[in-house]
Amino acid sequence: MLFSFGMDCLEIKDLTVAIHGQRILDGLSLVVPKGEVHAIMGPNGSGKSTLAKVLAGHQDYEVVSGQVLMDGQDLLAMEVDERSRAGFFLAFQYPYEIPGVSNANFLREAVRARLGSGEEIDAVSFYKRLYGLMDELGIDRKFTGRSVNEGFSGGEKKRNEILQMAVLEPVYAVLDETDSGLDIDALRVVAEGVNRMRSPHRGFLLITHYQRLLNYIEPDFIHVLAGGKIVRTGGKELALELEETGYDWIKEGALATA
Amino acid sequence: MSEDSATLDAVLVDQSQGNFAYPEDYELDAGRGLGPETLNYISEVKGEDQWIRDFRHRALEIFERKPMPTHWASAELDEIKFQEIRYYLAKGRRPTRSWDEVPEDVKRTFERLGIPERERGFLAGVEAQFDSEAAYSNIKEEFDKLGVIFVNSSEGLREHPEIFRKWFGKVIPSGDNKFAALNSAVFSGGSFIYVPPGVKVKHPLQAYFRINAEQFGQFERTLIIVDEGAEVMYMEGCTAPKFETATLHSAVVELVAMPHAKIQYITVQNWSSNVFNLVTKRGLAHEGAEIRWIDCNIGSRLTMKYPGVIMKGRKARGEVISIALANTGQHQDTGAKMIHAADETTSNIVSKSISIGEGRATYRGQVHIPKHLKGCKNNTECDALLINSHSRTDTYPAITVRGNRHATQHEASVSQVSEEQIFYMRQRGLSEAAAMSLSVNGFVNDLVREFPMEYSVELKRLIDLEMEGSVG
Ligand SMILES: Nc1ncnc2c1ncn2[C@@H]1O[C@H](COP(=O)(O)OP(=O)(O)OP(=O)(O)O)[C@@H](O)[C@H]1O
Ligand SMILES: [Mg+2]
Repeated sequence: MLFSFGMDCLEIKDLTVAIHGQRILDGLSLVVPKGEVHAIMGPNGSGKSTLAKVLAGHQDYEVVSGQVLMDGQDLLAMEVDERSRAGFFLAFQYPYEIPGVSNANFLREAVRARLGSGEEIDAVSFYKRLYGLMDELGIDRKFTGRSVNEGFSGGEKKRNEILQMAVLEPVYAVLDETDSGLDIDALRVVAEGVNRMRSPHRGFLLITHYQRLLNYIEPDFIHVLAGGKIVRTGGKELALELEETGYDWIKEGALATA
Repeated sequence: MSEDSATLDAVLVDQSQGNFAYPEDYELDAGRGLGPETLNYISEVKGEDQWIRDFRHRALEIFERKPMPTHWASAELDEIKFQEIRYYLAKGRRPTRSWDEVPEDVKRTFERLGIPERERGFLAGVEAQFDSEAAYSNIKEEFDKLGVIFVNSSEGLREHPEIFRKWFGKVIPSGDNKFAALNSAVFSGGSFIYVPPGVKVKHPLQAYFRINAEQFGQFERTLIIVDEGAEVMYMEGCTAPKFETATLHSAVVELVAMPHAKIQYITVQNWSSNVFNLVTKRGLAHEGAEIRWIDCNIGSRLTMKYPGVIMKGRKARGEVISIALANTGQHQDTGAKMIHAADETTSNIVSKSISIGEGRATYRGQVHIPKHLKGCKNNTECDALLINSHSRTDTYPAITVRGNRHATQHEASVSQVSEEQIFYMRQRGLSEAAAMSLSVNGFVNDLVREFPMEYSVELKRLIDLEMEGSVG
């Protein structure tokens, strides 16, 4: 993609990323415009989480070359927390635990970090909104008092990521395998949560291994990541095809197009 | 500005905080250095009886005889210059420094910590007296009715010798350690409290209800006696950093809980990095009595403090809950001492330390249960949190349990605030400093809850401030 989409998209241009000198992403380009849902699929170890973490600003990854623009802003030049406050959200594949810090307290600090100086959170409306979102996501209200992710089951952690996303209302959200580990009901609830947030002012990038999620959250495009770049892009029918064929075709195909 | 007030100013306020120069006037205090004449001067000013004069002199001899405990403690102790210290300042001098003269960063710190307006002046050395006369006089009236005595230690000595003398120096004899001996020789300031049988004091007693220039002295001596079935909570210190040039603080606190009495002693102190804070605190718990030390130490060049409880009567209980925070250039050497001296006594120690930068935290615990006793219990937990790889933490638990009719439990952990955890929090929009302080607050959260409300709020803010300073 040689032209720029401008303001209303998350635009990844020719991104090459290495860790400990080893290239993981190799000239990856992808554009997620506001209002669209894109899905990335691809074999284990192909670099999907690497892409997500590089976008979030994880220090372990070295950006060798390329550019990422979020609504025209140079995302890679921003601090991790600046990116978040500017509207970038990552639902982690493996969310971290924060012992001793309650969920409610953590969310309140995250919301407070977005306020201007002198502004304060109104506790009553904060809790009202939080409880409302928890109810929608089927999260017990008792979870407000529990330490962030500590002792949460795999599925509870994933749901908690979606709760955080709902509270913070990002402009671009990357969901890294949020569906993995969810039971069938939870998957539906989480998908509904994401669908409620779909809007012309928000873009999503879903990382998943399963077509099932995409039945609930219908993507506009599906991309296949392999060999460090996007090797195929298609509509939602691509997921069905992948379910059939697996990734064996990449070995020859990717080499042929490289 | 009169010369005497200027002298006090110079003592209370760290001169490095602003460009202040004060004349020194040796006539109005004991001058620098330590010798028998220093003790005589103090006794003279206070008009003390012969027995207390003798007590001081005997203590001085012990102090001079005892070697520095550097065979086990930090060699930094050798850097204390005893002959350069002022051991006593005549009381009743009012500083006249005005609020406008208090350096901006000091004011900002008060602001950030949320120190109530009315306390700021006192803490900044603008007022010698904490302005709480009205509050205190109400309480005083109530105390008089109940027979509760709450005075400074000199007044206690003078007005209530029959109770004072019986217990003074009994829980912590002058020979206990070198610094207890030093305190016994030159003590001034501190509180004396007596609560009569069955009286449960509703309000926590706060050291600054009746503070004067002497109270925040370097060598406070506090004695609290709570009679049968009575209860009291005492709070000392505050989270505001203390601005002073005095580099040695060496207090002694003795608690006596008569049968079935309860004492809670709460300390929050935030020292600047030049202070040696060497404090001896111990309580004596009679049958069925309970003594709890809740202790938070922040800063200082070196703090050595191991609050203890001697459980002398059956079913007595002792507890030490402590938080220590050491930043670069600081060393917190803290712990607890639990001496079980009767059957079915129970002790609990929970210690959490945080080391930031090059800060160092050491835990020393001593739990002693002799062979002839039965049914004693001890629980010890010490957790250390390291904020970066330069930090250092050591644990020296010494649990001597003889006989097999006891239950003891010991847990220790060392953890780091992981980079992944910080990354996760920053991804949600928190600055690095905010993420750090939230993690640290999380680490001490369960202990902070043991502090009274206003202290726990201040503690949280204080941790925020420390983290802000420690992150790039
Ligand atoms: N911190 C790291 N240290 C070393 N290697 C890493 C690190 N992070 C990622 N890698 C390597 O980079 C490659 C891509 O990993 P990544 O986690 O991005 O894959 P993924 O596509 O998300 O896989 P999965 O589908 O299993 O989640 C893998 O080979 C992985 O081992
Ligand atoms: Mg992954």
